[in-house]
Amino acid sequence: MAGGLEGPGPNERPHPEGRRNEQGIRIDPAAQAEVATERAVLSALVEHEPGVLAEVSGLFSRRQFNIESLSVGPTENEGRARITLVIEEPETGVEQAKKQLEKLIPVVSVTELDGEDAVAREMAVVKVGADDPDKVQAVTEMHDGKVVDTSPETITVELTGPEREIDSALETFERFTVREIVRTGTAALARGPQETR
Amino acid sequence: MSETPDQKFPEEQWDEEQQEEEAISTGAESVVGALENVGVEVLFGVQGGAIMPVYDALYDSEMTHVTMAHEQGAAHAADAYGIVSGNPGVCLATSGPGATNLVTGIADASMDSDPMIALTGQVPTDLVGNDAFQETDTTGVTRPITKENYFAEDADTVGDEVGTAFQLAKRGRQGPTLVDLPKDITQGGTNVSPGTGELPDTYNPAEEAEEENVEAAAAALEAAEKPVILAGGGVIKGEASDELRSFAREHDIPVVTTMPGIGCFPEDDELCLSWAGMHGTGYANMAVTHTDLLLAIGTRFDDRLTGGVDTFAPEAEIAHVDIDPAEISKNVHADYPLIGDAERVLEQLDDAIAHSPDSREWVEQCQIWTEEYPMDYRTPDDEPLKPQFVVEALDEATADDTIVTTGVGQHQMWASQYWTFREPRTWVSSHGLGTMGYGLPAAIGARFAADDDQSVVCFEGDGSFLMTLQGLAVAVRENLDITVAVLNNEYVGMVRQWQDGFFEGRRMASEYSWCPDFARLADAFGASGFTVDDYDGVADAVEGALDYDGPSVIDFHIDPEENVFPMVPSGGANGQFAMNNDQLEEL
Repeated sequence: MAGGLEGPGPNERPHPEGRRNEQGIRIDPAAQAEVATERAVLSALVEHEPGVLAEVSGLFSRRQFNIESLSVGPTENEGRARITLVIEEPETGVEQAKKQLEKLIPVVSVTELDGEDAVAREMAVVKVGADDPDKVQAVTEMHDGKVVDTSPETITVELTGPEREIDSALETFERFTVREIVRTGTAALARGPQETR
Repeated sequence: MSETPDQKFPEEQWDEEQQEEEAISTGAESVVGALENVGVEVLFGVQGGAIMPVYDALYDSEMTHVTMAHEQGAAHAADAYGIVSGNPGVCLATSGPGATNLVTGIADASMDSDPMIALTGQVPTDLVGNDAFQETDTTGVTRPITKENYFAEDADTVGDEVGTAFQLAKRGRQGPTLVDLPKDITQGGTNVSPGTGELPDTYNPAEEAEEENVEAAAAALEAAEKPVILAGGGVIKGEASDELRSFAREHDIPVVTTMPGIGCFPEDDELCLSWAGMHGTGYANMAVTHTDLLLAIGTRFDDRLTGGVDTFAPEAEIAHVDIDPAEISKNVHADYPLIGDAERVLEQLDDAIAHSPDSREWVEQCQIWTEEYPMDYRTPDDEPLKPQFVVEALDEATADDTIVTTGVGQHQMWASQYWTFREPRTWVSSHGLGTMGYGLPAAIGARFAADDDQSVVCFEGDGSFLMTLQGLAVAVRENLDITVAVLNNEYVGMVRQWQDGFFEGRRMASEYSWCPDFARLADAFGASGFTVDDYDGVADAVEGALDYDGPSVIDFHIDPEENVFPMVPSGGANGQFAMNNDQLEEL
């Protein structure tokens, strides 16, 4: 076998003590902590044109960003749509997701919406068995929901609210026979006169 | 429109009829007009059903069209044209297989941020979505590998879309764009003339870095004891080579390049440590490992450069200059983010630095490493021809501004290690995607972008060359002066090297027990062919091939067991490179 080049071996060379973590941040090797993930709501204002949703969803899948929900719809401006994304990532991942989104040509702007300074809502529609209509009605009212359809066998309820409230409402509905659930994913805007951009 | 409507028509009806009457050109003519408006001179493509209207419009154009043998070659040629000229290269293909054959080349341009535009035919709009003959969802397929792509919907706007695609490919962080052209749109009438293309309102790359960050980075540089500049492909793309040279020399800072950055700083300069990474020089990897301040310019910290991120420049603060904000802290955290144009940010830094760092000891240390880890290979008489010798022989026989293209594999590494590059845009290779077969089509594209008196040399491996050598038909037809040096070891050599190193020598599917006679193959194509078996034959074949006015192929039968060193195993620490097989076994 051909030998290669000459020079001191790996063990004969000086080696620095320093280390970086998975995010490429310099750390004290003795005190490396687990990197915690956070839930972030990103709002992207985009050009309302074909392929934008595919471009955004493709970006998130190919870069392995953890996406919890995505909702999209028109805005006050005819030529623009707004995409609201809920992601679960370490802080560096959230930053990277924002920058990658901003990089897409049809994306006009990206805002991260903090829980405190934003109103975030989603809708769920849940279809349960009609065995106990009074109790279904009671639970629906308890969660500010609305019965939107009934049949001899089923009751369909609409719920809106922050994601966590929907979670707990749906948990309560589990006492009935849940047949089907559909959720829209979060839609969010900045609170008060602040523009979401 | 300035003419007054004819009174005998009601206004609405008039509009419609007048439009029809004034449809003085077609969408296809707008496409061609847009390309001419932005200064395109050469196109690389392959004909086919859905793109025929565009080709028909090209019939009357002054632009040169190079008919390629395969669409992949068209994309690579356009990509290389973009690298050498700095202006987006243009490739054309028809729908379906034409478009999918471009995909490898588009992905290659995307990974290396090469300016390129692809124009693809598409089935008529009313057939789209019906699985029509030669229909592929081209915008869908290419969305992840283009900077932006467009599906043309109107003959009136298609020209401007092509113009926008061109501008987007060229401006900001460069990259490939694509316009998909349904046949009814290119055949459709229009009375709108295309302009030169405008950037979308949503696209505003920053020119200058924020002053606050510039000052912080400048202060860090002033205080650094072991500064290193890591110069990437962005230095070349951003035309910042001159600024880099004066900056590094004025402040006495050693320069390491990435592979795509090869040529931005002269490799024979005392401050140049050549390139770092998996097969980079030992001294470049030592410098990157021990630096305390890394000024990285136009690089995306690819894993082949960094090795394991945990051990990459572990003692260094990093100042990262990049025009793409998304590259900042993507793979490696930037302590000083400097978002902007490479040349402009270097000027800003230069203005902000009050005094150069005291780097004398460090520069000396780097010099010691160049002596400790030299790239000196041996040429024992009893062993076959060494590939490194071949690279150096061709380098010596050609002028300093010679353009080198390569395929991917061991031959690519030897070419990049043993050729001494001095100028930007003379090194043309497939870095990020690692596309075997890139070399010959890239040489064709480079030939069209190069000055007439500039030589073009292509290094290929036997395995890599076999993937795209149909391009020889193009080189002969166009009588292109290209010298192809095949470093033939009858292996997919890099795979063989990894099998020996990491798979217990189980050489599965890497041995080519039979290779064609490349010299005779060249002959069959109408090119000039040479075969070299030993050191004695090198000089004559090189001279013969370079003197030949047209494409030539030299089949160098090299030492089949030669490996590429230095080597940092995948994910390993850059400072732990192996200089030879014995050291590799230690790791």
